[in-house]
Amino acid sequence: MSTTTERPAAAAAVAPAARPAKVRPRGESGPLAKALSHGALILASLIALFPVVWILYISLGPDKTDYLHPGGILGKITLANYQHVLSDTGFFTWFGNAFLVSGITTVFGVMLAATTGYAVSRMKFPGHKPLMWSLLVTQMFPIAVLIVPMYTMLSELGLLDSYTGLILVYSTTTVPYCGWLLKGYFDTIPVEIDEAGRVDGLSPFGTFWRLVLPLARPGLAVAAFYSFLTYWAEVPFASTFMLSSDKYTLAVGLQTFVSEHDSQWNLMAATAVLIAIPSAAFFYLVQRHLVTGLTAGASKS
Amino acid sequence: MSVAVQGATGKGSRERESRPGLVERVKRSYAKHWYAYAMIAPVVLVLGVLVLYPLVEGIWLTLTNANSLNSARTIGVNHIPASYKFVGFDNYADILWGPGSYDRFWSHFVWTIAWTVICVVLHYTLGLGLALLLNKKLRGRAVYRMVLILPWAVPTFVTVFSWRLMLSDGGAVNGLLSFLHLPEPGWLTDPWAQKAAAILVNTWVGVPFMMISLLGGLQSIPAELYEAAEMDGATPWQRFRYVTLPGLRTVSSTVVLLGVIWTFNQFGVIFLLFGTGAPDAQILVTWAYKLGFGQQPRDYAQSAAYGVILLSILIVFTAFYRRWLARNEQANG
Repeated sequence: MSTTTERPAAAAAVAPAARPAKVRPRGESGPLAKALSHGALILASLIALFPVVWILYISLGPDKTDYLHPGGILGKITLANYQHVLSDTGFFTWFGNAFLVSGITTVFGVMLAATTGYAVSRMKFPGHKPLMWSLLVTQMFPIAVLIVPMYTMLSELGLLDSYTGLILVYSTTTVPYCGWLLKGYFDTIPVEIDEAGRVDGLSPFGTFWRLVLPLARPGLAVAAFYSFLTYWAEVPFASTFMLSSDKYTLAVGLQTFVSEHDSQWNLMAATAVLIAIPSAAFFYLVQRHLVTGLTAGASKS
Repeated sequence: MSVAVQGATGKGSRERESRPGLVERVKRSYAKHWYAYAMIAPVVLVLGVLVLYPLVEGIWLTLTNANSLNSARTIGVNHIPASYKFVGFDNYADILWGPGSYDRFWSHFVWTIAWTVICVVLHYTLGLGLALLLNKKLRGRAVYRMVLILPWAVPTFVTVFSWRLMLSDGGAVNGLLSFLHLPEPGWLTDPWAQKAAAILVNTWVGVPFMMISLLGGLQSIPAELYEAAEMDGATPWQRFRYVTLPGLRTVSSTVVLLGVIWTFNQFGVIFLLFGTGAPDAQILVTWAYKLGFGQQPRDYAQSAAYGVILLSILIVFTAFYRRWLARNEQANG
């Protein structure tokens, strides 16, 4: 900040002479810069879009090696893969399992995280710092250090191959991250709102529930989006802890299409597209909150 | 309501004695903060039971020679109790300087560091570049934003799978390269190409998060600062260097830290791209998983020891990073 006032003094002497036509409104760029920006954005958009479109395209080819001759698909586009996946495999069971597990994890995680985020954001209590620190450190736990003891723990509790077990395991990562995220969001909500609520006779819980939570909806939406998306198609934990095929989540069930002898890439492609639909839909619902929800907090904390 | 309670306790105890004893102080602190503790209790409980306990258990495992042959297990109706024993720091010694430790640990270590640095630099620079473009007044900005976040909206699992089809021999990427008369590397088989492929895919997966976070940061920089800089005749580069970058500092420090942690522990991309094969492209996390679950017999102790080493590296890094940030903060006022 302080540098901005000093530095340009030297540049000011040179700059105006070099660029006399400076009548454009702020934020607008010249035609060349505009064209370049559009060019860069179009290129980036193509790169972002291509793999998604590609798998959609491959999923329309009936043979399992069609991805090697993509040109051939055009002549024989069919929905046979989808029909096979939907009617002849455990797709709906897996879909239901994945939806149940990621849905409950999301609700559970966001609820727990919200109160913690609020407490950490508003109240300076002893143990405040260590709590923040442990929320961050939990982010760092590599899968390898937890997965083995969790495996033994779940097996002792008889929770291996159960929804509860998987939800508990997922909560270990989603709760701290959402708490962190929401703390940042609560920081952006003016404390005066809490104070007004307290003056009007609300308890701290009442203030939180009736005033702050409704205001924090964008932050909650982002946290929910994050955890749903992470667990909707999570692989390593699900494939290690879910053992019987009627408990598989989507991402694990999908692996059954690929064995050492026979890889049905076409079926996998179709299922992958089907997996992507709910998350894209959810994403569409929350996307206008994403920018504010994600960093409103981080930029001010 | 609680305010009244809090006042009463405070007053009562102060009348009785001038300097309260430990019990009294705990009581008073409880009265003042009980709702804070009530609010964090669920999370503390979850972290304690589901994270701390397995962590302690995991650290204990690293001091034993546990594997799938000597751990407690149930075969049919027979329950076989655990028979592994305490071996002290043998696992760590073996990993860090035992025979073949270069191939087992250090080569993966070097690659993990390179992977983390390259990926985070690419994530950050590409994310910042796109965020800057999206922050301009351009026609169709909303559409670009929607499309560019797309990689994030689709589960990693699905997109990595798509990349695998595209990168296979004769897949779309090599099709394009042969059309351009460029060499066609074996992305999923050749060690160096595997690494390049992993970085490529992870960059594609990770840029949207950075872009959106930085876009949020850019939008929170007051327009007046740019106006003032422009009044003073600052060139675009100077505006970027002295207004944009400092304005982004807090967002950047957070997303870079998270980026490093997530990339260092990025399991999905490499696991889904290569499975437990491709020994050269495995980073430490996937390698540790392979030891614990991707081979027979499963080596639980070594796998957990890798995990502890990984965690230590990250904690040390974070401590230094935060100190460095704090020092920068002071230097820049």
